[in-house]
This record gives sequence, structure tokens and C-alpha cells, in this order.
Amino acid sequence: MSASWLFKMAWRDSRKNTGRLLLFTGSILLGIAALVAINSFSYNLKNQIDLESKELLGADLEVQSRQPIPDEIYSLFDSLDLELSREISFASMIYFPKSDGTRLVSIRALEVGFPFYGELGTLPANAQTQIDEGQNTLIDKSLMLQYGASVGEIVKVGTLQFKIAGEVISIPGQTALMSGVAPPVFIPYKLVNETGLLKKGSRINYRAHIKYPDQFDEKTFREIIKPRLEKADLRYTDVAERKKDIGEGYSSLAGFLNLTAFVALLLGCIGVASSAQIYIKGKVNSIAVLRCLGATGNQAMWIYLIQIAFMSLIGSVAGAILGSASQFLLPGLFNDFLPFEVSLSISWASVFQGVGLGVLIAILFAMSPLLDIKKISPLKVLRASYEAEKAKGHVYVVALLILVLIYLFTAAQLKSWWGAFVFTIGLVIAFGLLSGLAKLTMWLIRKYFPVKRSMIFRQSLSNLYRPNNQTAVLIVSIGLGTALIATLLLSQDMLLNKIEFSSKTNNRPNMVLFDIQDDQIDSLKKFTEDLEVSAVGSVPIVNMRLHTIRGMSVEDVKADTSLGISDRIVNREYRVTYRDSLIDSETLIKGSWQERVENQGDSIFISLADNIAEDMLAEIGDPIAFNVQGAIIQTYVGSIREVDWQRIQTNFLVVFPEGVLEEAPKFHVLLARYDSLPQSASYQNQVIKKFPNISIIDLSLVIETIDQIISRVSFVIRFMAFLSILTGLIVLIGSIMLSKFQRIRESVLLRTLGANKFQILSINALEFFFLGSLASLSGILIALVSSWVLSWYSFDTIFAPQFAALAFVYIIITGITVLIGLSNSRQIIRKSPLEILRQEM
Amino acid sequence: MNVLSVENLNKTFKSGSKKLKVIDDVSFNLETGSTLSIVGPSGSGKTTLLGLCAGLDRADSGKVELCGENLSVLNEDERALVRNKNVGFIFQNFNLMPSLTALENVMIPMELKGEKNASARAKELLNDVGLGERLNHYPVQLSGGEQQRVSIARAFSNAPKILFADEPTGNLDGKTGATIEALIFEMNKQQNTSLVMVTHDMRLAEETTHILKMNNGRIEIPVH
Repeated sequence: MSASWLFKMAWRDSRKNTGRLLLFTGSILLGIAALVAINSFSYNLKNQIDLESKELLGADLEVQSRQPIPDEIYSLFDSLDLELSREISFASMIYFPKSDGTRLVSIRALEVGFPFYGELGTLPANAQTQIDEGQNTLIDKSLMLQYGASVGEIVKVGTLQFKIAGEVISIPGQTALMSGVAPPVFIPYKLVNETGLLKKGSRINYRAHIKYPDQFDEKTFREIIKPRLEKADLRYTDVAERKKDIGEGYSSLAGFLNLTAFVALLLGCIGVASSAQIYIKGKVNSIAVLRCLGATGNQAMWIYLIQIAFMSLIGSVAGAILGSASQFLLPGLFNDFLPFEVSLSISWASVFQGVGLGVLIAILFAMSPLLDIKKISPLKVLRASYEAEKAKGHVYVVALLILVLIYLFTAAQLKSWWGAFVFTIGLVIAFGLLSGLAKLTMWLIRKYFPVKRSMIFRQSLSNLYRPNNQTAVLIVSIGLGTALIATLLLSQDMLLNKIEFSSKTNNRPNMVLFDIQDDQIDSLKKFTEDLEVSAVGSVPIVNMRLHTIRGMSVEDVKADTSLGISDRIVNREYRVTYRDSLIDSETLIKGSWQERVENQGDSIFISLADNIAEDMLAEIGDPIAFNVQGAIIQTYVGSIREVDWQRIQTNFLVVFPEGVLEEAPKFHVLLARYDSLPQSASYQNQVIKKFPNISIIDLSLVIETIDQIISRVSFVIRFMAFLSILTGLIVLIGSIMLSKFQRIRESVLLRTLGANKFQILSINALEFFFLGSLASLSGILIALVSSWVLSWYSFDTIFAPQFAALAFVYIIITGITVLIGLSNSRQIIRKSPLEILRQEM
Repeated sequence: MNVLSVENLNKTFKSGSKKLKVIDDVSFNLETGSTLSIVGPSGSGKTTLLGLCAGLDRADSGKVELCGENLSVLNEDERALVRNKNVGFIFQNFNLMPSLTALENVMIPMELKGEKNASARAKELLNDVGLGERLNHYPVQLSGGEQQRVSIARAFSNAPKILFADEPTGNLDGKTGATIEALIFEMNKQQNTSLVMVTHDMRLAEETTHILKMNNGRIEIPVH
């Protein structure tokens, strides 16, 4: 007998079951749509990165340094006939006289030429050409908007006044989020010295943007340029590296989103497994007849396997179409994270991958009930109660295959075998917990059944464990979606609360002033107090470089790669402070703290942050010498501290005791606290007028920016978690459809026995209320546990969940569940019992 | 020549912790073309014996030889092949596939055999049982008597050597039952098929050439 007969039988048998079979389609549709949308967008993004690779950097090579780039490097570029555009950038304040507003910005003093590829998007379009023609500036569009500034207006940067030549809309290779705290302000390179802002101690970045000639040989870079840059301790980025950075940055986000979509698909597949089981149960008699008439077990199984595979194929194809169409929504979600616009087209690779995965995983989840078909005895036609012994071996094999598939898919997304292992185990634990909770609840209901409660109450409760119930499946699918959303909600709150706590608590600074010169600090403090802003404290900062570690010179350390100390550690400039005690973001974990060096010549014991001690491979007692503006200071590691870097505070890698650096060239950071926003604005204005080189960060602005970033990221993640809930609800609709006949029979029987509409509705409403409550509360419980773990290990903050937000999640999810459940009851109460029975039979 | 040969057949079912012997050392033979009724009170083992003879189940011990094939040594799929080639079934509750039309239900055994003119033959058979106008009706759209007619057409569709019928008129009213009885015997005669029928109805049993009476799993009155 041919395969065509199996297909013919599958089609014949499916005609009367289209509604039920569509459940397989609906269950996986959203998961596949999300996967295809994300993968298609990633594919198009990758193409765009390849297409615009040079525009991402704006040049062929970018050289960066915290020190002025040596003249010999410029001579080298000149000798090689490379086009050059220099840039000096630093954080400073800008003053808008018209609105009397000040703001921390990123000043970018740029020579003509950059960007060599792509363009600085400005309004008016030719604004960049005007910047070098006088004292002109280009200002970030959001900043213009914030201060109501317009082209032609005057702004003050340092001691110079500039006319706004245009607003900056886009910068090659930069995303909107990059300009959050300090938006860019472009000024002519030749005027940067005249602003008076390049004071000693300021954090200044020097860049050289390079364009290669048309016939440039890459060998010249590898053999001539690269060794010279490395010798001069200069960092550099070329097009390939920038491409990799952007690609990697997005691919981890895409990988994460793909996993969320995959969770939605898995939830849908649980729906498939459950629907398949109930569908096959309803087919037992037909299968027994077929076997009686001479069909083999395999033939019978294939008839239903073909049906499920075909419906999964339809679901996957529909999902792929929906996904391909909805990728056009994704740029809206990702705009702020991407440095360019992505042109979108259908990615057939993603479509085929999505369809293949959908069919494969749906069949795998349906495989256990399908394999049970082979065990259906033809004797069932004579004795309906006859049950052949079921071998359970195949269940374990199928479960193992599913786990392997999950593991492989996750590993491909995360590009980490260990990460995939943790994810798979996490998923198994979450599924196990939810299904365990569901089973425990059903057991408790049966064990402690409230026999004395009303009939309505008892009937609705007992429906939760009726034959063919899908209580566990619904609790897992809706519960997991709820857990995802609630965890995100709690984590976001914790993160923001933590930052706000740092700034709102009494006497905590909410403003940081930096780049304060040694001769300015006392007058600034007095000025601050005069304006009734509290100067909470000041921190001296001394810049220094490493001279020797454990007696080895920096050059020796760099030459000896076997040491395992990276060049970054020995090359960097260290910003060091000195004080006599720990601050509250620090905990001493090793050694002892030296408060003060009393006498000249006494040993100096410094304190290292644990991460830098680890990078330097430094232990207590190790000698380390620093070079402070040419003077060598020999120190010893006296203690190692754990530092909470997430707190907005002046934290340092290296802390000296008092009595050593007081006379060294230094600058200061002043921590201040204001009481109201108008006070802050007025204070900033007056400080900038009197001390133009000083920069100010208002922490409320930082919190606002972080909040914006978190909100945007979490919106994307919440959207994906919402997909899981939506899939859960589709599974719920499926379960209602599957149990419809059984429910109708029960309701009709109750109506026949005299139950009124209200009683029928109440029973159904209560059943779905219990189901929705169980599912959402289980999810919330898991979210509380996982957020508590996160607060303990990740955020290091007090766990204070917002129960109002959780109550909102509970009400919404339970409400939707009840509404969907009740939609099924309308038919029952509108028509006569006999009419419904005739129709359904 | 025997179409069915049963030797020392035994079958036990588990009922909780107890074992229930439902067929106890049963032996009999049925010649080709003969008809046999199995009668006896409820729970006497009639239907179990029918199932074992038709190869729907395996005995604990003993031997069943159907159309020359020793069913005791065959696995389920091999027995399915024997059923498809040689056996027709008629059930008390008709057992039509609800998602298939009358025509498709009748076609299945022939299609399973790989016959090419299944549709034409099925139409012919449905015509023979008086349902030529209701080929594309689903079982739910047919009366009980009509469903049993489809079932009879299906039973004869693979030109079986032997027909097994389990209470074929048990779910029908007297008049319809009589019509169905007449149809079974008529088609049985036409196609020279052997018949094994389980029934409570002694009047119907009298219509067959042999009667076997069961009680408590044993043959009370052997084939006569």
C-alpha cells in the first residue's frame, strides 16, 4: 500500500476536524513569527553592516589616545600620503544665553574632512561646511529641542561664543543612545584652545581620522602603521573591527530576543503536545477500526503524523509570513540602538529555517501521543474499556530529543555551550516548577475538596481535574509568560530604585562637579555654600602611570606575555585619590588599611580594587611603583577592596593613604547636593559663568537617561514576553475548543436538570478564574523568587517588590483568562439544550 | 477443509489483583462455507472467543488457525495482514469511521489491500445494500440501520473468506434487525463466505448451520 493512500486517508480524516487541527497551527504561529521576524531583521542588518562598513567609522582608520597624538605619527601619515582629520573631544558645559540654560555636553573639536565616508546628517543640510568659516557650532538635535534653541542663536562654550550653524541629526557609526548623558556639540578644531577648556587633568580624547588612498595596500597598515601605533601606545580601530563590534553587539541582543521567541514557540509546542494527546484520544475508536480492517500500527500512526505535520507546516508558513511582514516593525523598536537605517527585504534563509524548525519541533512534541497510536489494539472495537499495556520508553526518548533540540538551538543563539546548558536546565526547572505547582494544586483540591461549599463552587473546582483537563498545560504556558513579564518589571524597578536611592537619600550628593583645578577648589566650595547648595565633599584626583610591578618595568611586563598581564593594565593612566578611610561603597576583603603616612620615607601601603588587583595579579605586600608627572613613588599593596561600581559615587581603582600625594599636581571633584530643580539650574548657570572649565553632572539627568535606556530595552523584552502570554492564551483557546463538547454536555445536562443561565455562567467563570489565578500566581511566585535571587547576586540591593504592579499583572492575566473562558459559554446559554446536543453530535 | 480451527484455547484477564479465566480450554473447527453462532449468557466469553478467532487478540495458550494461517505465532501487524486478506467484520455498534463518508468507509479494506478499483466496487456494494443514493453521507447523517448496511458493505468489500459478526442486530429495532439479518445471510450465501456470529438471539442463531454454546469460558454445548 502506497504513501499516497496514507496522505489520502490523512486528508479524508482531517476534513471533519479542521477546527481542532487548526489548534496546532495557532499554537506555533506566534513563536515562528517572532523567530522569523528577528532572524530576517538580523540578516538584513548584517547585509547593511557589510554595505555601510566604511560609513560606520566614517574613515578607514581611527587612532585614539588620552594624550596628544605624537607629531611623529602625524609625520608618518603625511609621508604615506594619507588624508587626515584631527579631533579633540571632552566633556564640558554649554550655556544657552537665550533660555539661560546650561548642560553637560560632549565637545567635539573637529578638523575639516571627517567623515570621509557617509555624512554628518545636519539641518540645514550643508551646515557642516559652515562650521569652519567662523565661530560656528553644530548642536545635537535633542539638545536644541530641550533648550528651544534655533539656528543662528549664540551659545557659550568655555570662554568663547559660537553661532549655531545647524543641528546634528546623525553621526556615522553612532546611535541615538550614545548621546544620552552628554549630547555632542561640534566646534572648529582650530578654536579649541581658545575655549580655555583644555586644562591639566581634564579627560581629553585625541583622535585622528584617516582615509587611505584608492590604491592602498593593507600591507602598509600591517607592516608600517600598526607597529608604530602600538609602539606609541595608541589605540586604533579600523573598519573590520568596527563592523565586528556593531555586529557582535547586536547579535547578543538578537540572540537574547531569539531565545524569548523560542520560549514562546516551546510554550506553543506544549499546546501542540496537549492538543495532539486529546485529538488522538478522540480518534482511538477510528484507529482500532482501521487496525481491525488490516492497517498496521505504523500506517495508523502515519495518517495522524501527516495531519499534524501538515497543520504545523501551515502554522509555520503563516508564522513565517507574519514574521517577514512584522520585521518592518522592528526598526521602530531598535532605532535607538542602531547607527543606521536598515533596508528590509524577505530573508528566505530565515523563512526556511523558521518553517523547518516549526514543523520539526511541533512533530517532536506531538510524537509521544503519535507513538501511542501504534499500541492501540484492534480489540478496542469489541471492548471499549480494553487498554493495551503502554510502553513508556518512547516518552523518555522523545523528551531527550526535545532537550537536545532546545540545547542545540540555544547554543547556536548564545554561541556558548555552557550558556546553552544553563538556559536548558533553567527552562526545565521553570517548566518542572510550574507543572509541579499545577499538580500539587490539583492534588490539594482533591484532597481537601470543600464538600460543604455551594454546588457552583464545587462544580467549578472539580472541573480543574476532569478527564482530559489541561490545567497543568495552561498553568505552565500562561504561568511562564507571567513569570517573564513580572521578573522584568521587578528587575527594572530594583535597578531604578537602587540608583534613585543613591541620589535621594539625605545628604547624598545629587550633583558632581569635575575638572576643578587645584587653585579653584576652595573658591568653588565657598561659592557653592554662598548659593545655599551643600558641598557634601570633595575628592582630590592625581593622574599617574605604572612604573614597575613587583620590580619589573612596564616594558618588561609588556614583553613577557607569559605573565598574563594585559597591555591595557600597564598602559593606562590611573586616576588616584587619597583618603584615610573606606567609603560606604567599599568593603575591605584582604590586608589592612593604612590611614596615613606619618613620616617621609615610611612605606606607602596603597589599596587596590579587587578587579584591578586580579588583572595585575597583585597580592598583599607586592611592590608597585607609580610615575606621577615624572616623580617615581614606590608603594606596596596594603589592602584589596571590593567596590560596588554600580553606585553613583566617586570610586577608584587605586587609593593612596593621606600624607603622600597632597603636594602632587592634581584636580578635584566636588560632590554637591541641591534641594530643587530650579536651584540646580540656577547654580549650574552661575558656576559656568564663573568657572567655565568646570563640568557638572546632574545625577537626576543620569537617572532619567538610564531610565530611558532601560525603558526602551525593557519594552522590547516585554514585547517578547507578551508573545509568550499570547501563545499561552492561544493554548487556552485551544484547550477550550478541545473540551468544548465535554463542557457542552455537562452544561446541557445541568440545564436539563434545572440549572439557570446565571448558574452555568458562574460555574464557567469560577473555573477560569481559578485557572487564571493559579497560572498568574504561579508565574508571579517564580518571578518573586528569581527577582530575589537577582537582587541578591546581581543588583546587590534590598529586595522590595512592588506588589501593586504585581497585583496589576495578576488582575489583567486572570481577567483575560476569564473573558476567553466565558466566550465559550454564550452558545450554551443562548440555545436550547436539545438544539446544541443535535448540533454537536 | 477448515476455514477456522481452534485448539485448546485459553485466555485470562487481570481484574485488579485477581486473574479471571475467560476462555478455558476451548477447541472446535469450522468448515469452509459453514456458518456458526456463538451463544451464551453475558460474561460467558463469547466476544473474547470471537476476538481471538479473528486475530484481534492473542491467546495465553492454544492455537488458532485462520484460513490456513497459525495466528498464535504471528505478531499484531502480521495478523492485521491476515485480517485484511481474509476477514470481514460486522459490529453491534457499527464502528464506522465518523470522519469518512459511507463510500470511503467501504473503500478502506480494498485500499489497504492495494486494489485499484476500490471506488467502483464500493459503489456496487453500497448499491447492493440499498444505499446507492447515500454514498457521500457521513455516518452521523445515517440512521442506525443504514449505518449497519454500510458496515455490511464494508465487511464484504475485501471478498473475505470468513465474516465475524458481533451482535449485528443488537442495536437495532426488530424490523430493521430482521432486514439486516436477511442481508447478511443473503450476501454470505452469494459470496460463499463462512460466518462466525456472536448473538444472544436464539432465533437468529438457529439460522446458522452450527451453534456453539459458551458458559463461564468453557464450551457447554459443542458445535453441532
